[in-house]
Amino acid sequence: MPEAAALVPIRVTVNGKAHSLSVEPRTLLVEMLRETLNLTGTHIGCDTSFCGACTVMLNGASVKSCTVFAVQADQGEVLTVEGLASNGELHPIQQAFVEHHGLQCGYCTPGMLLSTLQLLEKNAHPEEKDVRKAIAGNCCRCTGYQNIFKAVQVAAERMGKT
Amino acid sequence: MYPRSFHYHRAGSLEEAVSLLSSLGPEARLLAGGQSLIPLMKLRLAAPQHLVDLNFAPGLSYIDFAGSQLRLGAMTRHSELEASADARRIPILRDCAAGIADVQVRNRGTIGGSLAEADPTGDWAPVMLALGAEVVCLGHQGQRLLPFASFIQDAFTTALAPGELVREVIVKTPAAKSGGAYLAFKACAPVYAAASAAAQLTLEDGVCSAAGIFLGAVALTPVHAVEAEGALVGKAVNEKSIAAAAEAAAAASDPPADLRGSKDYKRSLVRALVARAVEAAHRRARGEAVEVSHLYA
Repeated sequence: MPEAAALVPIRVTVNGKAHSLSVEPRTLLVEMLRETLNLTGTHIGCDTSFCGACTVMLNGASVKSCTVFAVQADQGEVLTVEGLASNGELHPIQQAFVEHHGLQCGYCTPGMLLSTLQLLEKNAHPEEKDVRKAIAGNCCRCTGYQNIFKAVQVAAERMGKT
Repeated sequence: MYPRSFHYHRAGSLEEAVSLLSSLGPEARLLAGGQSLIPLMKLRLAAPQHLVDLNFAPGLSYIDFAGSQLRLGAMTRHSELEASADARRIPILRDCAAGIADVQVRNRGTIGGSLAEADPTGDWAPVMLALGAEVVCLGHQGQRLLPFASFIQDAFTTALAPGELVREVIVKTPAAKSGGAYLAFKACAPVYAAASAAAQLTLEDGVCSAAGIFLGAVALTPVHAVEAEGALVGKAVNEKSIAAAAEAAAAASDPPADLRGSKDYKRSLVRALVARAVEAAHRRARGEAVEVSHLYA
């Protein structure tokens, strides 16, 4: 066993707020978010890079935060589900998921929302096949996905108009 | 899940990474995209004492098209290749980049990391073999250029010497009447493929003048389907010759039975994947725009 590794100082902006932290190198980004910053909206599902429940944005790209070390977010910007709503108003993607039953238990939802955001930032008018591909790395064991596809399409329509 | 404790080093350049690897010794590993290494570390199947992170070194991610060749920087992410107009000139590259795992993994995973890992189920290796790509390796004794065929040696084993790393991949632009396609079959996006096939064909006067067909995920290293190539070269590419090539590829593969399927099942997959890849490659060689994507069970 190596001796305890030195803590690494990092500066990271999460949902617009700057943090200076010292992290152990082996700390995963999801653990830093949940346990150090108390942002428990990002869920740990499989913890093996499969299910996508831990999806967040790192410097504008969706990533599985269970498969990125916290030290790698140094000097970076992270967006989690807590950063989607603004001024007490749900993000249009969140609102569409609520209205179209895009969730049941809600466990996968934070990841689904961030993957949807990644899709709509790159493709404002996705077809269903694009939506399927965009959330292929996010498992939902409740909905059967149909209502998620619908919610994503509705969110795309609304966001395309603004 | 916590990986074993390790020391973290941030390389500012490839040269610094080489020097760190040399001074830290065999217990050091490079961290590129981390999409295989980090899960392995969490499962404690890998427990390096030192990680040398390449993600903060500038200038390692690039797709340079210079007429006769495309140069891909080691830290080029799969998603960058997927979106690149230059990579689109060689459609088999886009087939592969766009089919790897899922969006999140493609956003992190790199071509250099994937090739250096040499996972038998990796997507890039059969594609690079079909294209006759070369790998530029950098070590403390300098730089060397290896054909990909001699770079990959065994499962999880490459020709990289201790302390040596992948600098870039060089893909020669295929001839004007050449087309390629890559297809993999898997249970769903984020899992390993059960089988995959890469085909690159060149046509001359309506006849196939050259063919490269390689199978992935059915052996410890990609299988060169020489007999399948023989079924096409010198012939017109049609239903009959495609079926003969697919049959030859299935016969040449000896896939291990595992959770992803029995030997016979995987042979059937090889037959279907080679037929589809050759057909798409042929249509592309004739100038048609053909969409190809990985198949899910």
